[in-house]
Amino acid sequence: MKAFLMHKDRDFDFERELPPNEQALAQDLALSTLFESMALGDRFMIEIAKKAVLSSLSNPDSIAYRQNILKDCLKNPSIIKEIYDLAEESIEKRQKQWWATRYPSSIMFSAREALKMFVGQLKRLRTVAVEHADKFDSEGFARFFSMLISELDDKYFDRIEEYLKEMKFPKGVLMSAQLGKGNKAENFVLHKARETKQSWADRVFRKKPPVYSFHLSARDEIGAKALSDLLDRGLNLVANALAQSTDHILSFFQMLRTELAFYVGCINLNEQLIEKKKAWCFPVPAAAGQRKSSFHGLYDVSLALTATQKVVGNDVNADQKNLVIITGANQGGKSTFLRSVGQAQLMMQAGMFVPAKSFSSEVCNGVFTHYRREEDANMKSGKLDEELARMSGIVANLTQNSMLLFNESFSATYEKEGSEIARQITMALVDMGIRVFFVTHLYDFAHDLYEKKMGNAIFLRAERKVDGTRTFRLMEGEPLQTSYGEDLYYNILTSLNRTPT
Amino acid sequence: MSFPSILFVRPEKYVNDQELDPPDFFTDLNLDQVIAAVTADRDEYNLKPFFYRPLNNADEIEYRHEVMRDLEGEILLERVKLFSEKMRAMREYLAQADALHHKYQGEAWFLDAIEVYCDAINCLADDLSREAPKSRGFKALQKYLDDYIRSAGFTSRLEETKKIKADLAAARYCVLIKGHTFKVRKYESEDDYSVEVEQTFEKFKQGDVKDYKLKFPWWPEMNHIEVNILESVAKLYPDIFSNLDKFCAENRNFVDEAIAVYDREIQFYFAFLDHMAMLTQAGLKFCYPCVTNDSKEVYDYDGYDLALAHRLIREGSSIVCNDFHLKDEERIIVVTGPNQGGKTTFARTFAQLHYLAALGCPVPGRESQLFLFDRLFTHFEREEDASMMRGKLQDDLIRVHDILNMATSNSIIIMNEIFTSTTLQDAIVLSRKVMEKITEFDSLCVWVTFIHELAFFSPQTVSMMSVVVPENPAVRTFKILRKPADGLSFAMSIAEKYQLTYKSIKERIQL
Repeated sequence: MKAFLMHKDRDFDFERELPPNEQALAQDLALSTLFESMALGDRFMIEIAKKAVLSSLSNPDSIAYRQNILKDCLKNPSIIKEIYDLAEESIEKRQKQWWATRYPSSIMFSAREALKMFVGQLKRLRTVAVEHADKFDSEGFARFFSMLISELDDKYFDRIEEYLKEMKFPKGVLMSAQLGKGNKAENFVLHKARETKQSWADRVFRKKPPVYSFHLSARDEIGAKALSDLLDRGLNLVANALAQSTDHILSFFQMLRTELAFYVGCINLNEQLIEKKKAWCFPVPAAAGQRKSSFHGLYDVSLALTATQKVVGNDVNADQKNLVIITGANQGGKSTFLRSVGQAQLMMQAGMFVPAKSFSSEVCNGVFTHYRREEDANMKSGKLDEELARMSGIVANLTQNSMLLFNESFSATYEKEGSEIARQITMALVDMGIRVFFVTHLYDFAHDLYEKKMGNAIFLRAERKVDGTRTFRLMEGEPLQTSYGEDLYYNILTSLNRTPT
Repeated sequence: MSFPSILFVRPEKYVNDQELDPPDFFTDLNLDQVIAAVTADRDEYNLKPFFYRPLNNADEIEYRHEVMRDLEGEILLERVKLFSEKMRAMREYLAQADALHHKYQGEAWFLDAIEVYCDAINCLADDLSREAPKSRGFKALQKYLDDYIRSAGFTSRLEETKKIKADLAAARYCVLIKGHTFKVRKYESEDDYSVEVEQTFEKFKQGDVKDYKLKFPWWPEMNHIEVNILESVAKLYPDIFSNLDKFCAENRNFVDEAIAVYDREIQFYFAFLDHMAMLTQAGLKFCYPCVTNDSKEVYDYDGYDLALAHRLIREGSSIVCNDFHLKDEERIIVVTGPNQGGKTTFARTFAQLHYLAALGCPVPGRESQLFLFDRLFTHFEREEDASMMRGKLQDDLIRVHDILNMATSNSIIIMNEIFTSTTLQDAIVLSRKVMEKITEFDSLCVWVTFIHELAFFSPQTVSMMSVVVPENPAVRTFKILRKPADGLSFAMSIAEKYQLTYKSIKERIQL
């Protein structure tokens, strides 16, 4: 029995290692705000949100599988939360239970108790399935509910309850063994103390096989200890099988909780966006290599969740492009834009809705970010040195169709040198089929690429009105030699407006 | 049908060697440390006497070299070692059989002992015929084993053992426990309950879970409940157990004498080869010396003191190797030079090499020719012995006198800083007299001394010196070189320090 709500054919891999650039991604794309909004303070849910968003799906079908399940969840939030709570409760009850591990006989006792509890919870889960299955349309939920209904029928529950009775061994414990090393007993196997199948005539006329009986005297304490040791040897395998079975049921509930945690997180996020009257939509994923990237009203979800003022969305059509160079005014919304691109890509590849009016993009093999960092605190390396070392680490993990977001990279040196480095790296990446978004003030670099008139490149520029005010909107446009830093200087003198950076 | 010995061409010469004491020079040469290290972990075989008996015949030495060379084949070594492990297991089983009170228990262990013994022999015979060793020793063993395993007693014993063991293993039985009562009867093909439980819960299977199976401690003895059960099983299967009794009584002494002797003697080789392996792993070299008493030309390149090397490897320090070469009329190496420069080590090395060669073992070094001596004498400085009621000089003289009395032209003499407790003039006079004698004997000798004059005593003497770094004489190189120096040796020692010699550079550049 598998929940299979995250993948069509496998469990959600909670243990899977996050991509090595996980920290950089979270930091550069302001993902922690997103995770926190999904989890509403629940630590477990934060972990799941993080894993789900950062370990991307790589093909449009598996994205669609999740999208459909998520649509069901957004339609039936209270039922989802009920199942989630039931799973959580089952796990808690099991954790609170006293669990003996010392002797097989006591392990058996503990396992019996756990099983009794789980049977109750499984019956409740089945009831939910029977009552609500018809409200769900997705393939994933259809499979999940019909599995519960067919696998957990009354006959099955009856059989388990019969075991629970038998395992108290009212007829005594029957085991077999054979002679092992030094003629000591080994290979103990437990058997059901069955009814004799002999006919009446057999019982009367057949010679009875010999049986040797022993009875311990009440004072024989050593004998009693030895006998209970023997009993434990006999019970060992069955106690193990029973205890492992309860563990399997526990892991079923754990997996159910894990997978639903993601959807509950999505429900939470969705509710907040609706409350803030923000647009959202289910994105249209395209297969890798289709060079699809266009959107309307794409905004930075983390900023929208925390900012009090208006958040501006951007429209871009970069279909058939794999190089996007963003230049323009300081404080003009370039970083915010870059963040929103990365966020939406990750959310899409997690099967989520995205913060946009419409969004279509090809799936990529990993999102990477290369941002300017603070000065290296431990003085180990110079800044450009640090940047290049980091770049080399990224390159080691890139594959075709990866996506790479640069933010003011390689500017920790003279413009000419920085430009040359940026140019060589960028051209190599683009030629290798990697999608590159590059926010830069390196005019030499941006201008040079512009002059090349490449068919697969698009140039965006942060808008600045003639009076110097920013719209935080990006327009297509040729790189300019100034980024209007002067404006900023005056701006800071005249007002202390908080603006996104 | 007889098997001579894997160690000796004529073992009858050495039958009384079991109680042999170490030779007098053992501690002087630190050979006690070497042999202790070599034989460590093999106490049960009492190997030391083998190492206390140098051979005095080139053919006997060659006999061992042949075996050693066979054992250089890793497969053969591994298989031959496996045989000895099985023999050891057999001895443990027999000891266990004796230690257990209950008859049926002891008999079970006894069966195991026979089984592992037969298996050991069958495997060894197979391995020898497959690996085709070339030495006279292993060939004789191979012949002996082939005859032995074809003997009627051996084959029928093995078959019977296997049959009884199989019967015992098949004697499955049931125990029903209820309260303080338990019943024992034959097993009647009941189903495994744990399989049924697993099947019922199969649908929940989610990958790996914890193993709750208890690992019960195991010991050979039984408690009285187990004894009750075993005796009941014996009554349930009376034929099997009466066969067992009969078989054990009939096969009390199943171990072949010659094979037991072989198992002990082969340990001599294992012990030395294992010790060698530890040193060669650290980059040190061993070689088969040419051992002869036809010529007194002796040499060894890249030799070292085994005891010191063992210690330095454990400490993780590097080891300095040295060469010597005596040819034509050269007989006596006079070693001089600063203290703590490796002079005594050099003298010990010279003697150790000869001793090991006489044991038929490979020796430290990359190429070596050594002399097959009749006796080896050492004179190392001793603590003053108060009970002897005589002075140190007198003691020195008495010991030297004893040596000169016994030494022959085929002896090797090691003199280490003698006559130190007198004036230099006296020491020179006494030393010259002794050296005259040794020269007269034509014995091989290494003489460590602070008396430079001795180095130019006669055409038979060769002067060697411990070398220091010229810029800083406090730094020892532990190199002992022939002096008078040709001027290059100092330069070489500096180059060596920086690992810039021809050899070092080659080694560093090799991948």
